[in-house]
Amino acid sequence: MKAYIKHIAEYYPKYILSNDDFFNIFPELKQKKDTLLKVGVSNRYVVDKETTASDLAFFAAEKLFNESQIDKKEIDFLIFCSTEFDHYTPTTSAILQHRLNLSNNIGSVDIVSSCTGFIHSISHAKGLIEANDHKNVLLLCVSTLTKTFHKKDANSQFLFGDAATAILISNRKEEGIGKFIHGTDGGRSDYIMIRDGGARNELTTNSFLEDVNEYGNTTCNANFFMNGTGVFLFGLKTVPNIINNILRKNNISIEEIDYFVLHQANEFLLKALQKKLGIPDEKFIIHMQNTGNTVAATIPIALNCLMKTRNLKKGDKILIAAFGTGLTWGGTIIAY
Amino acid sequence: MISLEKFIAHIENELDDLEPGTLTANVNYRDLESWSSMYALIIIAFVDSEFDVTLTGDDLRNCNTITDLHQLVKNRS
Repeated sequence: MKAYIKHIAEYYPKYILSNDDFFNIFPELKQKKDTLLKVGVSNRYVVDKETTASDLAFFAAEKLFNESQIDKKEIDFLIFCSTEFDHYTPTTSAILQHRLNLSNNIGSVDIVSSCTGFIHSISHAKGLIEANDHKNVLLLCVSTLTKTFHKKDANSQFLFGDAATAILISNRKEEGIGKFIHGTDGGRSDYIMIRDGGARNELTTNSFLEDVNEYGNTTCNANFFMNGTGVFLFGLKTVPNIINNILRKNNISIEEIDYFVLHQANEFLLKALQKKLGIPDEKFIIHMQNTGNTVAATIPIALNCLMKTRNLKKGDKILIAAFGTGLTWGGTIIAY
Repeated sequence: MISLEKFIAHIENELDDLEPGTLTANVNYRDLESWSSMYALIIIAFVDSEFDVTLTGDDLRNCNTITDLHQLVKNRS
């Protein structure tokens, strides 16, 4: 049997931060508005202090059960993919197994991964289904990254949003999820990082010293940091190779791909990649205007939009590719 | 490689929020009021797309003017 994506459900926090709200918080950036808008975000959801990633994941999963009519008893593995957990231990997936009232006879695991999280996770789900006869894997890809931002970090607050997605990966006879390519370059692990507060660097008063970069953006070692130009260049130079490697691995030409769904990092980068790869607009999905970059959730959100709004035919080929923190990357081709 | 004048005109065209005529050969681009990290990304993407040359954040940090950048791109193309 083959693994395929059967259903996707999305869940968002209630609070929406619009661009008007953003420029009220950062009025000094109004003069740079047209340039900032190139990242392609008008609204983004922001989680409140009390809500955790697992709360969002829970509601996304419940939504999936309501929409897809799958019985909870049929789920035989649970994957929680995020970088935000309820506790150091136990795993959040174990907590969610109980909260979602799933069977005790299932496996559950947390996958710690950011922008490449969806790719990492579905490659595991495919392995469970195709190598170990599992039938229905519930994958929860969630981000509450906004909780980690410095209050003066305008760039991150403009670009990112919070979201949860629940993805049902099931088995069928026909082709579904193809072969994967993966990559890692830990030599650039400091490109996207929260430096202090983990086991390596404990939080000290120095962790909270503000650092203003050359472009006037502020963060500190206790908060989220991203080397924007470094990550952009990584995307621009690496993604075309990733796509070529995915095509080669799956023995298919770029012309045979019906749709391309890349990690929705930012619209400016996506358009630069689209131009570089010569992909026509109707095949290239950009879907982040009202959600922002939602990290591990961007591909399922964009895929769901594709599945709901385009008249997809059985067997349509969709190339998916992600890249980000680590630095890591990966991708595959899925058959609708 | 295109002339410095054309290089400046192209880059100015790419940068929104920029008053036409403010990007001159010898102005320090970091002194521009609208200079931002997005400007850096726009310049990196433009140079990559038009000249197949990779500019890094360090390159932008080490140069001061569009003349410096033009020379750097010329040397690498």
